[in-house]
Amino acid sequence: MVEEGSTLLRRMEICVAEAEKRSGKNAMSMQETFTVYLIETRPMDAVAEGHNPAPDCLWRRYSEFELLRNYLIVTYPYIVVPPLPEKRAEFVWHKLSADNMDPDFVERRRVGLENFLLRVASHPVLSNDKILYHFLTEEHGWKEVVYETGFQAKADSRLRALSATFRVRNPDKRFMEMKHYSDELQSHTSQLLRARARVADRLYGVYKVHGNYGRVFSEWSAIEREMGDGLQSAGHHMDAYAASIDDILEEEEHYADQLKEYLSYAEALRAVCRKHELTQFELEMASQDLISKKQQREELSTGIVRTFSFKGMTNKLFGQEAPEQREARLKLLEDLIAEVVKAHIERAWVDIQRFKEQKDKDLREALISYAVMQISMCKKGIQVWSNAKECFLKM
Amino acid sequence: DKGQPWQNPTTTGNKSNLLHQMNTSLADGSPMPNSPSSLVNQYRLEDDDEGQKDANTKDIFIAVDNPESQVTAIETFIMYRVATRTTRSEFDSSEYEVRRRYQDFLWLRSRLEDNHPTLIVHPLPEKFVMKGMVERFNEDFIETRRKALHRFLNKISEHPILSYSQHFKVFLTAQVSDLASHKKQGPGFLSRMGETVRAVANSVRGLRSRPEEFAVMQEYVEDFSNKMCSMDKVTQRIVKEQREYLEELKQYSPTYAQWADLEEELADPLKGVVSCVVQCSKESEEQIHHLSEVLVPALHEYVLCAETLKAVMRRRDNIQAEFEAKNEALLSRKVDQEAVKEVDGLADRMEQANNALKGDWSRWQHSMRTDLRSVFISTAEKNVEYYEKVRQREISASDSNFTHTEKTQTELLFLFFF
Repeated sequence: MVEEGSTLLRRMEICVAEAEKRSGKNAMSMQETFTVYLIETRPMDAVAEGHNPAPDCLWRRYSEFELLRNYLIVTYPYIVVPPLPEKRAEFVWHKLSADNMDPDFVERRRVGLENFLLRVASHPVLSNDKILYHFLTEEHGWKEVVYETGFQAKADSRLRALSATFRVRNPDKRFMEMKHYSDELQSHTSQLLRARARVADRLYGVYKVHGNYGRVFSEWSAIEREMGDGLQSAGHHMDAYAASIDDILEEEEHYADQLKEYLSYAEALRAVCRKHELTQFELEMASQDLISKKQQREELSTGIVRTFSFKGMTNKLFGQEAPEQREARLKLLEDLIAEVVKAHIERAWVDIQRFKEQKDKDLREALISYAVMQISMCKKGIQVWSNAKECFLKM
Repeated sequence: DKGQPWQNPTTTGNKSNLLHQMNTSLADGSPMPNSPSSLVNQYRLEDDDEGQKDANTKDIFIAVDNPESQVTAIETFIMYRVATRTTRSEFDSSEYEVRRRYQDFLWLRSRLEDNHPTLIVHPLPEKFVMKGMVERFNEDFIETRRKALHRFLNKISEHPILSYSQHFKVFLTAQVSDLASHKKQGPGFLSRMGETVRAVANSVRGLRSRPEEFAVMQEYVEDFSNKMCSMDKVTQRIVKEQREYLEELKQYSPTYAQWADLEEELADPLKGVVSCVVQCSKESEEQIHHLSEVLVPALHEYVLCAETLKAVMRRRDNIQAEFEAKNEALLSRKVDQEAVKEVDGLADRMEQANNALKGDWSRWQHSMRTDLRSVFISTAEKNVEYYEKVRQREISASDSNFTHTEKTQTELLFLFFF
């Protein structure tokens, strides 16, 4: 699931090995219980040489992972930053716990956090980040270092800007399409997850009710002579059938987690598209601003008021210059703006392409493993009912 | 035996049709959809002959079909066609076709029970469905009832004693008006009421003691009744859960289809999932159909059988109680020829009743075992079939979507695990 040929991950083995409950006082001096996760790292060359050094380790809680991710999002606005496992259990079906302290939930979160770190550490750009390295290696004082980068302020201003409505004059077609795609992807995956949860719920019901057959067959076998043995053993198979759904659905939860990851990825993708839009808008505004300032200056000096137009400017830009010189400078400015915009587009587009390839590969694998799961489930079903049939034949 | 001559049925337009159908099924051996033998085998997949009449030694075949609504000034009701084919010598003809309504079946059964109080007479479908307010003329209700009536007559025809009952013969052969006049004979309503009242009065005194084997039977009957009710309830619950599962599956496959439209590389694997979920839905419907049409009716029938058994036990007890009451009365009086004769008669009656029940008991047990075993087997087979078909679809869908490397990987997986 994770790329080869990356920097940090090549140098260092990373895993989220364990989870533990802790209690402590929170910011409001109230007692709270939370879970911490053990991050273990080992230098790759030591491992490769066959030494088995003890891993370096530190404990982090979910909120610290969140902090790291927020930092990365702000610092690398053009990168589709890998998502964290869900903050709260969503798309739960009835038997699945929505409780954050539930051991199954904690375990799935542990896997998700490890996955997050592996993806970040193997990313061609993100893996080089110093804050990431500190996160993995320095337990104490890391939070202060992150805050010192001042990313929070940038985050706030970005958020304000992004929430305003704005329109770009020359929207890049590819980004518009990508933004639309991310919306659709979010919509489809969340619908799918919702439907899957309901199907899981119903399937659970079907299997569990068969457990009642187990009970009744067993009781019934006690009063029968010739049929007793057959009924008794058939009952056991019914119990086994009813019990088998727990493992089946637990495995399926892993598939759901893979889809949830891409649901979150879709959000991250959308964010990149929006930030790009914002950047382009700001550049357009800045250049417009620059040009209008020039125009104002000229108008003041020449006393002539002209109507402004962005393209095909007719009035002088730089005052005393000859028309050809003015044309040349104007063209230069336009070209510069276009270059900057293009550079931003290309930078983001590279990562979006990388993301697209990763997504296709990962989801393809997920769908394949889903099929394998279903096939295995069918095999179990065939076995149980064939066994039951044998018992009935003996009745 | 009333010794009255019975008319041969008049040739109706349908009779030649019936002949044709029955002959065709004989000729090529494979049952036609409406022929008696295919319907008879409805619950019997393979007949184990363990001393029971099997398909080869059966000499009477009965079919109940063709429900038609009859409207009179007073009421509306359904008439069913009862078609009989037999080689028995007691029957003047080898084929009969008559029309009967539910009331006629009730009449037949009550006559059989009256004449043989301690034989186990197969139950009839219920008068009306209590829950769900099903209309009497609802198609599904009529079809369910028709099948049960068909089962009833065939069960009677397989009974070594009941199938030779005169009432049974009249039921199968008499035209509607003749049946009506036959019904009027025999003990009237009031006299039968009187018998019932006397029986109740006697049984109020209670039983001295039940012979051991009947005490065991009584306990079995109560337990069996509870188990059958539980089985019935559990199965109906499974059908309900299956239906709800199917509903959700129908919402599930479109989510993949819509997503597939959005994707390029992923379109094929996503469409593969669609085809698998659709197949799953299709097979689920088959499963539900089997459960509702085969397993539920069979279990329900044995719930009713359990009630029949309870009634048989009660009647046997009453016969014993009546004898004991008269016997006690006799002991406290002078020996009176009439009274002694009466008590002897009652003693004989009791012995006959007990023997009849004992004999019928093992026959019934065997029949119950055969019936339930066969529906359980067919249910298990249906479930295996379900999983096999879904698995097949999964495999073929995956197969077409894997790249070469993935195929090799998966083949290795299969070899390893499957």
